[in-house]
Amino acid sequence: MTEHVTDITGGVVNVSRRTVLAGLGASVFVLAVSLPTRLPAEEKKFGADGMPNGWRDDPAVFVSLAEDGTVTVTCHRSEMGQGVRTSIAMVVADELDADWARVRVAQAWADEERFGNQDTDGSRSLRHWFMPMRRAGAAARTMLAQAAAAQWGVAASEVRAENHSFTHVASGRTLGYGALAKAAAMLPVPDRDTVRLKEASAFRYIGKDTIGLIDNHDFTTGKAIYGIDARAEGMLYAVVARPPVYGGKVASYDAADALKVPGVVKVIAIEPPTIPSEFEPLGGVAVIARNTWAAIRGREALKVTWEDGPNAVYSSDTYRARLSEAASKPGKVVRNEGDVDRAMAGATKRISAEYYIPHLAQSPLEPPAALVRIVNGAAEAWACTQAPQVTRARLAKRLGLPVEKVKVNVTLLGGGFGRKSKPDFVVEAGLCSQAMDGAPVRVTWTREDDLHHGYYHTVSVERLEAGLDASGKPVAWLHRSAAPTIGSIFAPDPKHELPFELGMGFVNTPFAIPNIRAENPEATAHVRIGWYRAVSNIPHAFAIQSFVAELAHAAGRDPKDYLLELIGPARIIDPTTIGDVWNHGEDPALYPIDTGRLRRVVETAAEGIGWNRTLPKGSGLGIAGHYSFVSYIAVAAEVAVGDGGRLAIPRVDIAIDCGPMVNPDRVRSQMEGAVIMGAGLATSAEISFKNGRAEQNNFDTYELTRMDSAPREIHVHLLPSTDYTRPLGGVGEPGLPPVAPAIANAVFAATGKRIRQLPIRDQLST
Amino acid sequence: MTTLNVNGTERRYDGDPDMPLLWYLRDELGLTGTKFGCGVAACGACTIHLDGTAVRACQTPVSAADGLVLTTIEALSTDGNHPVQVAWRDLNVSQCGYCQSGQIMQAAALLKETPDPTDEDIDTAMSGNLCRCGTYPRIRAAIKQAAKGVRL
Repeated sequence: MTEHVTDITGGVVNVSRRTVLAGLGASVFVLAVSLPTRLPAEEKKFGADGMPNGWRDDPAVFVSLAEDGTVTVTCHRSEMGQGVRTSIAMVVADELDADWARVRVAQAWADEERFGNQDTDGSRSLRHWFMPMRRAGAAARTMLAQAAAAQWGVAASEVRAENHSFTHVASGRTLGYGALAKAAAMLPVPDRDTVRLKEASAFRYIGKDTIGLIDNHDFTTGKAIYGIDARAEGMLYAVVARPPVYGGKVASYDAADALKVPGVVKVIAIEPPTIPSEFEPLGGVAVIARNTWAAIRGREALKVTWEDGPNAVYSSDTYRARLSEAASKPGKVVRNEGDVDRAMAGATKRISAEYYIPHLAQSPLEPPAALVRIVNGAAEAWACTQAPQVTRARLAKRLGLPVEKVKVNVTLLGGGFGRKSKPDFVVEAGLCSQAMDGAPVRVTWTREDDLHHGYYHTVSVERLEAGLDASGKPVAWLHRSAAPTIGSIFAPDPKHELPFELGMGFVNTPFAIPNIRAENPEATAHVRIGWYRAVSNIPHAFAIQSFVAELAHAAGRDPKDYLLELIGPARIIDPTTIGDVWNHGEDPALYPIDTGRLRRVVETAAEGIGWNRTLPKGSGLGIAGHYSFVSYIAVAAEVAVGDGGRLAIPRVDIAIDCGPMVNPDRVRSQMEGAVIMGAGLATSAEISFKNGRAEQNNFDTYELTRMDSAPREIHVHLLPSTDYTRPLGGVGEPGLPPVAPAIANAVFAATGKRIRQLPIRDQLST
Repeated sequence: MTTLNVNGTERRYDGDPDMPLLWYLRDELGLTGTKFGCGVAACGACTIHLDGTAVRACQTPVSAADGLVLTTIEALSTDGNHPVQVAWRDLNVSQCGYCQSGQIMQAAALLKETPDPTDEDIDTAMSGNLCRCGTYPRIRAAIKQAAKGVRL
């Protein structure tokens, strides 16, 4: 008795069918111009060039114009709260001189041949796509200008675009965009090099705070469609019982009682993957039913005997001791400058500290969920995925279909934070559909599933040691980071962190210390390790920025002044000279480390919070600055510790220099969100394991920040940058890493209690 | 047999009376604006109004709604212009938007009871509603803005 069946296919298809600018020009341009210039294989590629399938800037792919004047911008990046659908459309609309009221957004399906790279991760969307999207908008405007000029029989230089229409300056004649759509579509797409971009001073939307979210109405009226909302005629609903231990499998199962639950249609086994399991489903038993409730009840009635396998030994307390032991001994040297041992031996004072940062779950509020159906040998998915193309490839492979026979439609994502970069849940839906002869099946993960079977943020022990001279200045710095690597989901026991993990605020710490060594001892993973917003920057920044404050205290110095002294004078550092071969995938020449920018955000955050003011007893200020995703962020936090160690965070100031901004309001909102997520992992959130099983079940035990525990006032300071010829920095992730150390440092200032283990939880009650 | 009024339409339901309203609304009626986040009343994403009171649909069986009037986000206002919805858009509260149906339903119930809420009132009413993106500062500001609109 399904009512209101809304088959959510086709938004994009329907739009382009009604429009004309996406017509003839398209195929010509795709073949002729849209593929980025191929570089020789041995030449290292950076930025968007270095991403799988690179970039495109074809207006026929990204912009369509209907005869009624409606402009539809196709957004090929996944919307998960960063506002990318709005921001991409702003960029195109600005160069197009479009009237924002007549701009719509269509979501691209998975097709990187057509759209270029679609992996929505690494804080890359605008960093990599600002210029291609500008060119797409400007090329479309150029074609419209040529059409207008031709209609009036004048030179294209004589027509001026303004807010969705053209004016012939001499005669005062005007033509609207809609009226020109058909003629413009007949014109060839201009060569990339001939397209003139706007001067930044002429921007109407880019860098302005005047545009509301394009999905605002849907968000506030319940009309927004996420993966978990995807519906199709005759759809079935599934939940999956998965092995409680990573690498485990079903020994036997009895579905008799499950099949007696009214509404349960079928129970199927899902084969376990080989380990490491990459993005494959974990295997188990799926219960397919007429509604979600019946599927959940059916799963409760299943009798499954599991074979746990070797990871059943995994317990967080003993594992922490192993990491700690590894960090107490020399490990693989990943950065080495000067002679640390000698400088340490000659130091006036030696200080060391060890920090522990536990596993975390991304836990987007929309858990993983996807719908798949298979019709006549072709599969179609609707999924909340951050990685559309990877999803498509994995689905095709597991279903035994050619990739052309698999279409992946991208819904809105109810949060992602890295979890939805992994398409295991979409493949589960595909397998369920296959078992039902292609009938549409939506798999929904419950919150317990999400916490028990995640791709967890790594767990780490960070050990730091410094040698100070007589003035309290560090002359030697030794940092060991022991943490299981994300590489462990792709290769058997790689033991060491990958370059991209080392380059997340570990080896590339830009401190002016003459003798620095970074070591990476071995660590073995026992669960799936995956990307979590800001990834390894979280433990690295927590340890380093806490340790800096510890050293400042030992030296009897102000922690902010001491941090600035360690950062040293404003200078440009080539990251490859300090052991970072990765540099967030960016060209070191274009994106060197600029310590002047790091200094400025630290100074701005300190000034914002009123660093030198006197606070009441039990209150304190802390500060931390961190460089990641080629952006510079500092956080200053004020905490108040009350009776029984109750921690409140009355105020946080966060300063960001991410280069030029497209949508300042969304930069601000990302910083606000980062502060709140950072407060959560600082104070209450932890995933721990016992006998290979996650100990937290739901939001009652995996405690996230709520309204009453969130920092009450958050002040975001955007460092101005109006030079749009400079490269853009990342925004979605870099706000997070400095939050926890700033809070922990404030706790020390307030109480004298040093936090060396996250989360803080009840550490202040004694 | 359960009889209920959903967004102004009389409904009769003869399935499992223990089924939470959440799944009845989403799966049986296709009203997907009410969201699933936890299933244990710990996140508020499924907040609806039952006879005008905010409740968690994931922990309310269909049988408990027998004879009652149920309002979901889809029918909070006829045109999407409830003062809370307007304030949410004015301040660009949403990030991913997923929790916002529940936040808006909770905020609307708060303002009905307490037209001029203090920060403490807001904390008390809203702390059961999780937002993983961290939109709390704007939620607080939007509630205050909507309260002004309600009073005018």
